[in-house]
Amino acid sequence: MKSESRLEKILASGQFALTGELGPPKSVDVDFIRQKAEYLKGKVDAVNITDNQTAIVRMSSFAVALILKEMHLEPTMQITCRDRNRLAIQSDVLGAAAHGIHNILCLTGDHQCFGNHTTAKNVFDIDAVQLIEMLRQMRDEKKFANGEEIKNSKKAPIKEPRIFIGAAVNPFADPLKFRATRLAKKINAGVDFVQTQCIYDMERFNEWMKQVRNRGLHEKVKILAGVTPLKSVGMAQYMRDCVAGLMVPDTYLERLSKAQDTAAEAINICVEQIHQLREIEGIAGIHLMAIEWEKKVPEIAEKANLLPRPRV
Amino acid sequence: MITAERKPFEAVYEFARRHQKILVLGCGTCVTVCMAGGEKEVDALASQITLAARQKDDNITVEKHTIERQCDQEFFDEQTSRKIKQADAVISLACGVGVQFCIECFTDSIVYPGVDTKFYGANTEQGIWAERCIGCGDCVLEKFGGLCPVARCSKSLLNGPCGGSAEGKCEVDPENIDCVWQLIYDRMEKLGRLDELELNVPANNWTAGRDGGPRKIVREDITL
Repeated sequence: MKSESRLEKILASGQFALTGELGPPKSVDVDFIRQKAEYLKGKVDAVNITDNQTAIVRMSSFAVALILKEMHLEPTMQITCRDRNRLAIQSDVLGAAAHGIHNILCLTGDHQCFGNHTTAKNVFDIDAVQLIEMLRQMRDEKKFANGEEIKNSKKAPIKEPRIFIGAAVNPFADPLKFRATRLAKKINAGVDFVQTQCIYDMERFNEWMKQVRNRGLHEKVKILAGVTPLKSVGMAQYMRDCVAGLMVPDTYLERLSKAQDTAAEAINICVEQIHQLREIEGIAGIHLMAIEWEKKVPEIAEKANLLPRPRV
Repeated sequence: MITAERKPFEAVYEFARRHQKILVLGCGTCVTVCMAGGEKEVDALASQITLAARQKDDNITVEKHTIERQCDQEFFDEQTSRKIKQADAVISLACGVGVQFCIECFTDSIVYPGVDTKFYGANTEQGIWAERCIGCGDCVLEKFGGLCPVARCSKSLLNGPCGGSAEGKCEVDPENIDCVWQLIYDRMEKLGRLDELELNVPANNWTAGRDGGPRKIVREDITL
């Protein structure tokens, strides 16, 4: 094993993984975190903690990851390249590993123009591929990005961070033909698992997976398919119209608007998607991003036959 | 070329009204070509200040003059020097380099910027200039089929594109920004070099750029 990550153990043992996601609060509201985390406890193998997602200032993913650890949930700390350079990131990785955070997910990061501090300067010292490479080097070669060994002094022992390295992949962005290559680059950099952008357009996702399988990439990395329940008609419309590259089929919108109980129908759709994704060769798990709907995760997991979670 | 845009007139007039004798000093090179600070723009700004001063009853007289380059000592000739010294203040329509160099040459003079300096760009269509280079100091164009991701990707990604590329456009401003990674992909495909994009580009050394501190080129072979 590369780390003490439970997620790594589950994936390595060939069991179908389920990960969740928790967006930190825009305040010091710890109860908000604990409440969301309670819904996820025992229902998912690890929980992604987003890092100022959509460039909106929130509690740091590091801090929220520690709160989850206190509650005996396994966090996956997300790190973006937008706000921190290679010094700050490596420093955070050492700190995270010291606190027993075993999973780190590497992202480029949304541009600051989408957030609430649009006049800020961005960093982008390194990109997501280079971030993966840097973390792999820290773990496997026990060296910092500058080539120095990870030890406190010449005579001190090497103490490198043991981490399970993740990344995101977007099968739906352009150029379509480059998307599998982008995954290959992340694999070459040393990524252990990837989670996809939320999937609604099954046809295009299948097309991407075909490219992935043709190159044998699914055998080199664990791919978790991203799913986000469309909890309302409004949300479905927003996803369809406002998120670049997301194609939400009209049938989902029709089903949601005709349903007497929209929430129940939303869950039905989500469960169907999970079943469909599970059938695809090369999918090692589901990444369930129930945005501001964490309380429904147990029900979705139950109906998708993903409970109980394996003990490892 | 270095591109620039005229500052809003109100801002420039605020500089002008602090003084009585103003020299509007144009630059005959980049800012002339991008129509922000050449002889024509000097004429226009001088007339505008004169007119506004008359309307507001401010006592401002305006001289105008344009030299070939404000970033090169040899063009500050005797006539220019006299005009600068005779004025209470100069409004320079050169780029930020020219304004600063003018101050360096005439340390007793007050020189205001009359334009906002933008970027190194090309005149892609009539009336349109677009950024092509950020002067990173370590040209990588050959790797990317002649298109620069450092300058033209909103996130300067060297292993792009990110998830924000849709139909050839960058999500930061789909109407105005092409995804340079789409352009790189298309170009490399045309050149039969797509395999090169499979290679991971290592973390960049930014010291050749602005992150190494203000830069200087010393050519020993031609220094005196």
